Amino acid sequence: MLMNLIVVLLMFVAIGAVIAIWTRDLLSAVIAIGVLGFTCAVVLLLLRAPDVAITRIVVEVLLLIILIRSVLRRGVRTVESSRSVPGMALAGAFVAVLLVLGVIAIRELPPFGEPVALMGLNEPAPTQPLEAGGPKQEIPPPSQTYIKQGLEKTHSGNIVTAVLLDYRAYDTLGEAAVLFTAVVGAIALLRRKSRKPPSPAEMAAGVGGSEDR
Amino acid sequence: MVYLLCLVLFLIGIYGVLTQRNLIKIILSLAVVESSVSLFLILLGYRVGGIAPIETAARPHESFIGMSVDPLPQAMVLTAIVISLGVLALSIAIAMRLYQRYGTYDVTQIRNLRG
Repeated sequence: MLMNLIVVLLMFVAIGAVIAIWTRDLLSAVIAIGVLGFTCAVVLLLLRAPDVAITRIVVEVLLLIILIRSVLRRGVRTVESSRSVPGMALAGAFVAVLLVLGVIAIRELPPFGEPVALMGLNEPAPTQPLEAGGPKQEIPPPSQTYIKQGLEKTHSGNIVTAVLLDYRAYDTLGEAAVLFTAVVGAIALLRRKSRKPPSPAEMAAGVGGSEDR
Repeated sequence: MVYLLCLVLFLIGIYGVLTQRNLIKIILSLAVVESSVSLFLILLGYRVGGIAPIETAARPHESFIGMSVDPLPQAMVLTAIVISLGVLALSIAIAMRLYQRYGTYDVTQIRNLRG
């Protein structure tokens, strides 16, 4: 039941992607991307990932605002035809090769709904003491440790938050740094004029903020 | 089946990146690729009949261990989604700058106008 629902929604997502890429009207393409993103959020919610779904919605709203701002100009609403026919044929061949390789890879994957990282989670842990020089003890995948000891060790009921802000807090710090850098870069690129007004000497020489606008 | 749909979504995005001439369309294709990958990782962590990885007082710890979906891909994808927003915002800013300079989003025309 849930599986069928997810399949239908994923088909909806794929249709949104096709419309976004094939349509000539840029604003329609942006709106199709919005459809895709919000459908993704619904799928994530069905897959029991509420934190990711919430983030996805926030990100999608911001992305739509930026994209619509970039598209709403006179004269850029429609797109000319895409690249030349040989280029499209080459791209189609490349995509076909990727499809074949991907199908081969997917056949190796575990069936849907049985994650490898959680295998053997319900069996009790082996209790024999660890001996130096003895047989190596099997270390469980980190996911199992997080689920088993997350609440006890971090006192956070939400395990995803526990992983993000406690077990892998440096990772999140790096993420914040990347996001900050990207935002600073975007602001620097989009700023209309320099903050400091050009000095008269610069104005006379014809350099400074006005030329860079 | 669901994995295959994710692959198809990924390939649609790749095809768009390779064939489109408009910068905004290329960035949109990148967004498609990104969402397909994040969906795929979340799908890999799903467990049949699973519950969200949030422990509540109402559910005993043992049954939570037996039912929770994998929290690790969710945490990683959360990071990846936010980073992808940064990447897309920066690339859109660059595209808008190019538009201010050349008056078009078409990459072939921008290449011809050079300088």
